[in-house]
Amino acid sequence: MFDTVIIGAGVTGSAIARELSRYQARILVVEREEDVCCGTSKANSAIVHAGFDAEPGSLKAEMNVKGNRMMDQIAQELDVPFKRNGSIVVCTKDQDPAGLEKLAERGRANGVPTQILSREALLEKEPNLADDVTCGLFAPTGGIVCPFELTMGFAENAVMNGAQFSLNTQVRSIEKSENGWRLTVYHRDTQQEETIETKTVVNAAGVYADEFNNMVSAHKMHITARKGEYILLDKTAGKHVSSTIFQLPTAMGKGVLVTPTVHGNLLVGPTAVDVDDKEAVNTTPAGLEAVQTVSARSVRNVPLRQVITSFAGLRAHEDGDDFIIAQAQDAPGFVNAAGIESPGLSSAPAIGVRAAQIIRDILHLTLKDNFNPIRKAVLRPSSLSLEERNELIRRNPAYGNIICRCEMITEGEIMDAIHRPLGARSLDGVKRRTRAGMGRCQAGFCTPRTMEILEREVPMSVFEVGKNGIGSNLVVGINKEV
Amino acid sequence: MKTYDLIIIGGGPAGLAAAVSARDSGIESILILERDKNLGGILNQCIHNGFGLHTFKEELTGPEYAARFIEQVKERGIEYKLNTMVMDITPEKVVTVMNREDGLQQLQAKAIILAMGCRERPRGALNIPGYRPAGIYSAGTAQRLVNMEGVMPGKEVVILGSGDIGLIMARRMTLEGAKVKVVAELMPYSGGLKRNIVQCLDDFGIPLKLSHTVVDIEGKNRVEAVTIAEVGPDRKPIPGTEERYTCDTLLLSVGLIPENELSRSAGVELSPVTSGPVVNDGLETNVDGIFACGNVLHVHDLVDFVSQEAAAAGRNAAKYIQGAFDQNARRVRICAEGGVRYTVPSYVRPSEIGDMLTVRFRVGDVYKNHAIAVYFDDQQISRRSRKVMAPGEMEQVILTGKQLSQYPDLQKITIRIEEA
Repeated sequence: MFDTVIIGAGVTGSAIARELSRYQARILVVEREEDVCCGTSKANSAIVHAGFDAEPGSLKAEMNVKGNRMMDQIAQELDVPFKRNGSIVVCTKDQDPAGLEKLAERGRANGVPTQILSREALLEKEPNLADDVTCGLFAPTGGIVCPFELTMGFAENAVMNGAQFSLNTQVRSIEKSENGWRLTVYHRDTQQEETIETKTVVNAAGVYADEFNNMVSAHKMHITARKGEYILLDKTAGKHVSSTIFQLPTAMGKGVLVTPTVHGNLLVGPTAVDVDDKEAVNTTPAGLEAVQTVSARSVRNVPLRQVITSFAGLRAHEDGDDFIIAQAQDAPGFVNAAGIESPGLSSAPAIGVRAAQIIRDILHLTLKDNFNPIRKAVLRPSSLSLEERNELIRRNPAYGNIICRCEMITEGEIMDAIHRPLGARSLDGVKRRTRAGMGRCQAGFCTPRTMEILEREVPMSVFEVGKNGIGSNLVVGINKEV
Repeated sequence: MKTYDLIIIGGGPAGLAAAVSARDSGIESILILERDKNLGGILNQCIHNGFGLHTFKEELTGPEYAARFIEQVKERGIEYKLNTMVMDITPEKVVTVMNREDGLQQLQAKAIILAMGCRERPRGALNIPGYRPAGIYSAGTAQRLVNMEGVMPGKEVVILGSGDIGLIMARRMTLEGAKVKVVAELMPYSGGLKRNIVQCLDDFGIPLKLSHTVVDIEGKNRVEAVTIAEVGPDRKPIPGTEERYTCDTLLLSVGLIPENELSRSAGVELSPVTSGPVVNDGLETNVDGIFACGNVLHVHDLVDFVSQEAAAAGRNAAKYIQGAFDQNARRVRICAEGGVRYTVPSYVRPSEIGDMLTVRFRVGDVYKNHAIAVYFDDQQISRRSRKVMAPGEMEQVILTGKQLSQYPDLQKITIRIEEA
């Protein structure tokens, strides 16, 4: 019998697991995919919003502002790349600057410092702003974070503190039981069904959160998958802007942002299109075109020849247009963390605390005395001095062997990614933990080499090595025998 | 800091030929740095034949061609390090390298030859829409899996791009038991050699669809289908021309990019057309004592020309080390015009070229019954008719020292394509 089962190992579920692991409790996180951070958490703007945008008084505003304030400490404890690069909302010639004033007003109500700057003042910070930009709202507390590392950090730290994760595990049904809830789950890897008993359930299932809520509650929820498409540019384009550049919304939409990533690439997007299919993470000709065209409104000469990849993510938009972080009224012990769309990543630390408190109060949990808040990321040799690096290579020569030549990632880092808690089992798992394959050649060079390391270290057969789990095998047979 | 007269970055065909020729020009202290576990570079996975017709007057496979040069390197006792990554090069020619045994090390060179080769353009560079499942490979990655690891990346294949690697892989995948359904090419002409279209597609009945591109990729975990469509003169898909192919694999052969990240860190000026260094007739970059050759300079079709170019780089680097390379000699710009996309070299020092200089270039379109014309200032110097010229086949003109000596005040050389 678990004290709580968390459905979904995205950034929200993982943050909740980590916060709950402070308490004496049996915690299980079930995740449909082969790894943590496989849904919305892996495909978003990677922004820590300052918090001036959300409607004052909304849960989004409260969680965003709290999450933003917590991010420095979280990043330090969990060894997550995070930078307060500041954000700017730009207003163009054809727009009314009163829109910025409104945002500044919201910021004041939410307790977020902002400043309206003239074109000249903006150009000092951002020389590549478009010619039509007349003024902008600057928010110094805006930041950028690695969403993979943030999710991994929460999840790994939760494991270190006793939480269990069951990956490749899909929840099929949830029923009320005598002491709480009974979940029927399907293990996609072993193709076995299992029944799990738990006192409480946390629903952090992203775009599917409505389905689970609606299994147990008469208060129906409706979540729309809202697609956002992005293009990612090479690091040579990463300094094109230094702040995150937003656009003042127009009648045509919210516009797109242009931002450096915390790893030094340039990211442009997203679009916002509601889709029926909650699996539709495909990019579209119209979407990719729109991202490129619309970006020119705020930033000039985005070097589009340097695009290295494009991707799409699905935001979980609930009809009520706000986060839902509460026990379902008619389902005691069933706690929703639903409708977590933007600013969900920024809010994750605060959502983790809020949801954990709700569970704590239901179960009267007590704190552990041996909770360890510190998690170390995959060791990055590039952060070491020459002497330290040589010492590391002497101790483990794998750190002297470069596997990914674009990002200069060593065999040692990939082995670390495989052998740590919730270790990588696929190319994408390695990529999100180390950045191997994330660079300008997009894994063209390192794919066969990373496959070899996975084969040897997991160990697994070459035919099992996948891009991202079940059914994504990279090779189908040996020569002449397919 | 350990020092060498000459450090060569890359042990592929360019690096090997450069090393041999530098040694034969009298340079003793040479180091070749190679990141893979063997010398030979990409030739090791090019197990098809057709290499070396110009150099050895016989048809060799890639590994055989490489072996000839590896032998020459070994006979001469030229030092090389395998499994060694060059992390950085400074304009002062300090080379930072790393491997398992020596860790991170700095080496000082008097001269450097850049011979890092090129890499394949990924899907992202083309903004191909659709899902991002397993089963999408660059043709070279698939070539490595099949030819070196002995495993098949898929059974039913669509190929985008008719560059040479794509064509070669269409044949290889077929021979190894896969079904190649179609090769789609965005341009109205193939980017590969004519002989490869005949031998790799026509001989196996694989259709080549020119002016077509991929407009959708389906499959969440593994590729399930690929849709291609015809493109108009603006290279945008024409609605209504979509054709859907069920398949488990999409191979991309959509262009090669000279790999010049290290060159950039050394301050080497790059050409926006070739993405390779801008060089003079001695293959020297704008950075004193740093030379470039092979695919890092501009993408070649034939390895024979790589070897020739690299041998010249080796000779010139040797001259530089021996103090006989006149960098201050007067230089004349070569202008690429009227259908000529670029030339290598970009500059000529008339006093330094000796008997003759081969200038290589590519055209930007298919030209039938046209001529290659060379002008010294406004004076036509030569004109050579060609039945067909295409972007997929490198062209050349020869400049002689004798010609150049007759024009002491020459300001610019122009190469252009003209109607015959």
